[in-house]
Amino acid sequence: MLNNASLKKSYLNTLNGFRQFFPILIGILMLTSIAITAIPKDFYNHIFIGNYFTDPLFGAIIGSLVTGNPMNSYIIGGELLKEGVSLIAVTSFIISWTTVGIIQLPAEILMLGKRFAITRNIISFLSAILIAIFVTATISLI
Amino acid sequence: MILEKIKNIETRWIILFSGILGFFILAIIDFEIFKNASSFFWETLLRIIPILIIVFLMLFASNLFISTRWIAKYLGEDSRFKGWLIAVIGGIISSGPIYMWYPLLSDLKEKGTRNSFLVAFLYNRAVKIPLLPLMIFYFNWPFVLILTFYMIIFSIINGIVVDNILENKKEVFKV
Repeated sequence: MLNNASLKKSYLNTLNGFRQFFPILIGILMLTSIAITAIPKDFYNHIFIGNYFTDPLFGAIIGSLVTGNPMNSYIIGGELLKEGVSLIAVTSFIISWTTVGIIQLPAEILMLGKRFAITRNIISFLSAILIAIFVTATISLI
Repeated sequence: MILEKIKNIETRWIILFSGILGFFILAIIDFEIFKNASSFFWETLLRIIPILIIVFLMLFASNLFISTRWIAKYLGEDSRFKGWLIAVIGGIISSGPIYMWYPLLSDLKEKGTRNSFLVAFLYNRAVKIPLLPLMIFYFNWPFVLILTFYMIIFSIINGIVVDNILENKKEVFKV
């Protein structure tokens, strides 16, 4: 049964949790903003050279470092495609952008535990490369 | 729950200080990039405020209604199909940066949610339904469909793999 006491308790728990989380949110957002704006656009063209093995790897590495909203990864990925970067590199880039997070790793460790965060990020990184290979292979078949 | 999780107060302040220090160094090195980073920061912060409110309300609802008994039934050790379904759909419909959802996931984890479901939720974030038109604009329909298919499959595989790795480590520690 809901009563004023349980409402107040839940509200205060949530508020306190958010108060604790706020510095982490601002800090991660600041670091992400630096990472995204400090990297010049032509940097990506130098990294992706059309190699079937290194392109998805570098795509996943950059996506893991520069993380953020999925929308930004679509825009950057789309622009990279227009510039001639391979689909496999762009795919691994957009996947790791949203699923792997080196910058936010301290926050994930703090909130979800060290073993969980590190294991999840490593597996997600490897999956980004695998999915990129599978997606491009499937597209080439149809 | 969350308060118990964030016992190490120092770390969160270190994260914030790192961000401030980064901006400070950037302002000295290159003021133009600093201005771009600042505007990117404020734009993103303004954009995520509605999501923050949603997360706050969901966390409030979770504190109020979701009991450890409910978690055990739908997202606990013995839950199967419904748990995967909740995790996959939740990951797809959730919006905003990944770190926005840590407080809620931390709360659910504390209540007994399986690690595999948390992994599946976090992995299903590369494909966002409201952003599909943008994705189709830059790529195309086949790419979006194929990517979505693989993302969902791999979110479940990853969940199982991470769960097994964490469980195995526990057993090794026990031995």
